[in-house]
Amino acid sequence: MSDIQMTKLANCAGCGAKVGAGMLAQLLEGLPVRRDERLLVGYDRSDDASVYLIDEHTALVQTVDFFPPIADDPFTFGQIAACNALSDVYAMGGEPRLALNIMTVSREMDRETIHAVLRGGYEKAYEAGVIITGGHTIEDSEPKYGLAVTGFADPKRILKNCTARPGDVLILTKPLGVGILCTAAKGDLVPEALMKRLHAQMMTLNRAPRDCMLRFETHSCTDVTGFSLMGHAYEMASGSGCTIHLRAGDVPYHREAWELADMGFVPAGAYRNRDYVEPDLCWAREIPLPLQDILFDPQTSGGLLIAVAEKDGESLLRALKEETGGASVVGYVTEKGPKALIVE
Amino acid sequence: MIDARGRSCPEPVLMLRKAMTSKEASYEIMVDNRVSVENITRYGQHEGYRVTVEDREDEYLLRLEK
Repeated sequence: MSDIQMTKLANCAGCGAKVGAGMLAQLLEGLPVRRDERLLVGYDRSDDASVYLIDEHTALVQTVDFFPPIADDPFTFGQIAACNALSDVYAMGGEPRLALNIMTVSREMDRETIHAVLRGGYEKAYEAGVIITGGHTIEDSEPKYGLAVTGFADPKRILKNCTARPGDVLILTKPLGVGILCTAAKGDLVPEALMKRLHAQMMTLNRAPRDCMLRFETHSCTDVTGFSLMGHAYEMASGSGCTIHLRAGDVPYHREAWELADMGFVPAGAYRNRDYVEPDLCWAREIPLPLQDILFDPQTSGGLLIAVAEKDGESLLRALKEETGGASVVGYVTEKGPKALIVE
Repeated sequence: MIDARGRSCPEPVLMLRKAMTSKEASYEIMVDNRVSVENITRYGQHEGYRVTVEDREDEYLLRLEK
């Protein structure tokens, strides 16, 4: 295999390439939306996946996600892209079962490189108990890879991103800073050991946290990806008709991201996320700019943001700490106030 | 002057960083997007420079001075 650095073949990295939430809403505006009483979650809500009721015990969950390389090694990139795509099903409380590859290849990629990306996807899919049954590949100026995923869920246990309730505790399962660090990595400013940790984090399925949250009175969930913690928390707050309070000091992040943000390695997506959320955001105290950047930082294959009933908050947190890579309480939900999002 | 027009982040910051190995008292860099203005400003300040931005319609000239 040639020693191509995959991230050098693309302008944006990972979920940082996502069109901003504000722009997306404009693009979708005016498109004819068809109703179907079996469609439990559609795109009138900006949720993680569509959910369609099959019968009283089964709902179909569908999602698609793909992006340009976030890692230089094609096998690693394939695993991260697959993990990220599968995450949308876990965030709905579902179990992914089938997937289709979606891929673009650029001229610089030789056969072995393409094969390694796909092998990464298969590896992660099989780990998740998902079979890849086909796909579609086209030529493009930049490489991209992801999956269209089909899964199933119990219609009574679907976790939408718009059903948080006042009193809920908010838990986040993966640390932030991935976008900033991957931007700085393009200038070789991130030590290899840290990149390895980041890749491992992005390759970790959100299956175990999904298992944990379904055992408790979880009201709402989303996975934190391109729209950042702030963007996804904002969508949860506005969709739920509540206000979300984030405690900036409790938000987990990779420490190295602070200085790199201060040095200006802030991805464009972070600025888009800020523009999207700012009109409905209140800074309750002065938050240092690098920490603000981390809160707006687009994540790739990020963790779950879970709104759980207050009485179950501690038990869920303990279960997540014992059974998964870790978790932190990052805030709480109140009745709707003047702003949807408050950072304390 | 460093011409970073048509480049998207992190490239303009990396171009400035490379130029700064010469440790001069002032630098000028031209960019054409707001993200680069913000990130160059952050980088300049982090390295101890005062940064001023001149808005030239869709382009921005940033001056960094010690």
